[in-house]
Amino acid sequence: MTIFGVPPQLLFGQLLLGLINGSFYAVLSLGLAVIFGMLNIINFAHGAQYMVGAFVAWIGLAAFGVNYWESLVLAPLLVGAFSVLIERLMLRRLYQLDHLYGLLLTFGLALIAEGVFRNYYGISGESYEVPEQLQGGMNLGFMFLPLYRAWVVVAALGVCFAVWFAIERTRLGATLRAATQRPDLVQALGINVPLLMTLTYAAGAGLAAFAGVLAAPVMQVNPLMGSNLIIVVFAVVVIGGMGSILGSIVTGVGLGLVEALTKVYYPQASAVVIFLIMVIVLMVRPAGLFGRQA
Amino acid sequence: MFAALIVGGLVAPFLAYPTFLMKVLCFALFASAFNLLLGFVGLLSFGHAAFFAFGAYVCGYLCKNLGAPPEVGILAGTASASMLGTVFGLLAIRRSGIYFAMITLALAQLVYFLEVQLPFTGGEDGLQGIPRGRLFGLIDLSDNMVMYFFVLAIYLAGFWLIHRTIHSPFGQILKAIRENEPRAISLGYAVDRYKLLAFVLSATLTGLAGATKAIVFQLASLTDADWHMSGEVVLMTLLGGLGTVLGPSVGALTIVGLQDLLADKVGSWVTVITGAIFVVCVLLFRRGIVGELRALSFTRRSGA
Amino acid sequence: MKAAKSKILIRSACLALTLAGAAQAQISDGVVKIGVLTDMSGPYSVASGPGAVVAVQMAIDDFVSREKPAFKIEMVSADHQNKDDVAAKKAQEWFEHDGVDVVTELVTSSTALAVQKIAKEKNKLILVSGAASTRITNEGCNDITVHWTYDTYALANGTAKVLVKQGGKSWFFLTVDYVFGHSLEKDATDVILANGGTVVGSVRHPFPETDFSPFLQKAQASGAQVIGLANAGNDAINAIKQAVRFGITPKQSLAGLLVFITDVHSLGLKMTQGMYLTEGFYWDLNDETRAWSKRFFEQHKRMPTMVQAGDYSSVMHYLKAVKAVNSDDAQKVMAQMKKTPVNDFFARNGRIRDDGRMVHDMYLFQVKKPSESFGPWDYYKLMATIPGDEAFQPLSASRCPLIKK
Repeated sequence: MTIFGVPPQLLFGQLLLGLINGSFYAVLSLGLAVIFGMLNIINFAHGAQYMVGAFVAWIGLAAFGVNYWESLVLAPLLVGAFSVLIERLMLRRLYQLDHLYGLLLTFGLALIAEGVFRNYYGISGESYEVPEQLQGGMNLGFMFLPLYRAWVVVAALGVCFAVWFAIERTRLGATLRAATQRPDLVQALGINVPLLMTLTYAAGAGLAAFAGVLAAPVMQVNPLMGSNLIIVVFAVVVIGGMGSILGSIVTGVGLGLVEALTKVYYPQASAVVIFLIMVIVLMVRPAGLFGRQA
Repeated sequence: MFAALIVGGLVAPFLAYPTFLMKVLCFALFASAFNLLLGFVGLLSFGHAAFFAFGAYVCGYLCKNLGAPPEVGILAGTASASMLGTVFGLLAIRRSGIYFAMITLALAQLVYFLEVQLPFTGGEDGLQGIPRGRLFGLIDLSDNMVMYFFVLAIYLAGFWLIHRTIHSPFGQILKAIRENEPRAISLGYAVDRYKLLAFVLSATLTGLAGATKAIVFQLASLTDADWHMSGEVVLMTLLGGLGTVLGPSVGALTIVGLQDLLADKVGSWVTVITGAIFVVCVLLFRRGIVGELRALSFTRRSGA
Repeated sequence: MKAAKSKILIRSACLALTLAGAAQAQISDGVVKIGVLTDMSGPYSVASGPGAVVAVQMAIDDFVSREKPAFKIEMVSADHQNKDDVAAKKAQEWFEHDGVDVVTELVTSSTALAVQKIAKEKNKLILVSGAASTRITNEGCNDITVHWTYDTYALANGTAKVLVKQGGKSWFFLTVDYVFGHSLEKDATDVILANGGTVVGSVRHPFPETDFSPFLQKAQASGAQVIGLANAGNDAINAIKQAVRFGITPKQSLAGLLVFITDVHSLGLKMTQGMYLTEGFYWDLNDETRAWSKRFFEQHKRMPTMVQAGDYSSVMHYLKAVKAVNSDDAQKVMAQMKKTPVNDFFARNGRIRDDGRMVHDMYLFQVKKPSESFGPWDYYKLMATIPGDEAFQPLSASRCPLIKK
């Protein structure tokens, strides 16, 4: 029995892999959406922050014996802290200007990060082993699913849900959302808006680094891993609606599935199907699927 | 200013490698065309590499596989970039800001994909060994000096066209749109049509730069269509001076020069330096080299 | 009498000087400049990369100390990053501005093919060691190319053949999507079909790639007995690792069609034991190979791959030819290289054919079990020696325009 000419074993296997990729895209685009939604900054350095997160895990293990679980916490903290510096020293000056300067600044920062790591580590990538507790896998009948990949889905979607909940359903989130709309009012209420913005940027970057650690055992750690992904992640955020948290999560997972389907039927197009979708969506719904009209 | 350019252009090949200068000229034209859109209309396109590459591929294919003479190849490359620009423009022009940039990026990625898949582009290898040919069937372009003067002529022509456009009534309207679009609309201008026209013009000249580059280096490859190429041209424009006429060319000279000088010696540090220049420019140097020089000369003239 | 004698003396002195001058003039600028163009930091950098530069430098140093040539030798090197346009530009620059006489190494077949064209235009030689595609000596062949170390035909003829004969009848290919992968898949397919096997499917992956799960899943779903890996370097390493992780082995077997000793070193014997592979060189074959490899190891801290050994061997052969004809003119040196058999630690009775192919014996190895190995780098068991004429594509089947049939 085949589905459109493809055996079900192949189809389900690819879809499951697509779901895994999709959860990656979701957690990555989540950070971007948070930063854009709250700060109106287009953070082109997101891919670099992801890559640095993965490298922190790798260097941590190779040089300091920091294990995977510790890295999951450490990398976001380190990258977040560094990003605080970036925000305070550089990004802050650009808030009054056109969005595009923020994009260009973060693009430059991404180039710097990529270049530095490339210089020290080459582009062939370093291998990062799956942590012991997550080795092995289970036989699902239509394919063998490594335990680590299942963990990725759980961790990524778990974090996504937690962030969404925090922003949409808690007081902190409400404050954040208010600060985006009327920073002056919120400031008048005694809340330190600039600090809030700094922390938000750091949180977004931390999310990227978290995704980087998650990715390390799967994708191999290499300086180009961010720049390969960044425009796809941008596309996800744009399609989902640039300020919408839910939008980027749903679109991220959706894209993973669509890519998987494309890989089954027309593999060469799998890298560009997202762009085709983006063009179509922007024609029909200019603010994205879940976006609010500006 | 024109006279200075022409003289400089004529003298330059005796001071530096013609191949290097030709690369600078192609990118200067590319950046100037891009600046037309970004500096004068205020639209950031992240997909201009598609026009550059398309011009290069069409020209290369005609000259290499169909034996066309170089001027035909270049004209065809330019024309096809123009058509592609119209398509992109029609799809993108109604959006602005980041959405505009993203649509152009997405469309450029689609073009990249086509260029990988379609047989006539040679896929991953690109089109190699594009012949220099004989210009008008008479002038042999394989000599680097001869080729250089041809490229110089093309650059000067393109530059002149941009200059005229900016200082024309059309250019004034574009500036008005950039300054205050709602006002322009309320004054009755069909703003979208003007933006589209500017976009197509920009795409056309970019295609010209690409087609010329294909003949100079006898190569059209996927690197031309990569989005990093789009990023580089933004940098050249920004560094040289957004919204100035000469700025992008200065920016192109600086960036291409830096890359050539440093590539062998420092390898990956070129990326770092490029990134650092971006950062510095955006933070401190937004008017770019030419912009800053202009500002300096104004203060000198008016004040002290 | 004295006057006549001194006249003869002066005349012979003049003659000697002119000859010496002429001899000097034969070598352009009096310097033989060798350009090493390779992948310095990417997926093939361990198999070739800086190690290749070490090998070429060793060849130059040995040649100078043993043969004491009248000319100077210089070496330059560069990273082509596996990109055709970077390689082409570099080669052009080297030939036009920097006086480079020969370009060598050229791992990554697409870059080799690109530089092949440019070298032909400038009438300079290239010595290809790292690249694999048979296109180099077929569709892309010309009279200034020597393809030294191995090619996809030889690889297929070794590894694919033995696996089919052992019962691996149905194959699925995981192919890297550029000319090398395509060549390797095609040559292996020919061998499989000729020996009674079948190819049930194939999938192409981008170059380079890190996550092979979707491709491996397809391979698994196909049910083929053998999964042929038509890729190399880090791509092969990652594919093998992930195949193990996804439980694909041992049910299906993996055929690494191009695996270097450095890949085995990286993966470890546990993951690779029992794998068949075809190589043109192994450090532990005989006393000569051991002696040379030890010297290489002292400088590079890794045992040489066949690519790096081939770099040394080809450059040495080239330099000897230059000395013999006292010229660095491409045509003259090439004629000399073709006339001279290759007899060194790398090849016995090797010779360069008219299509540029250097024909020499290839070896079929099997990776040892951990229990069979004495320590690091002791990885291979020699299963068969494939004589050169059998290992490489016969001239009768050649698609090279230079070969008249």
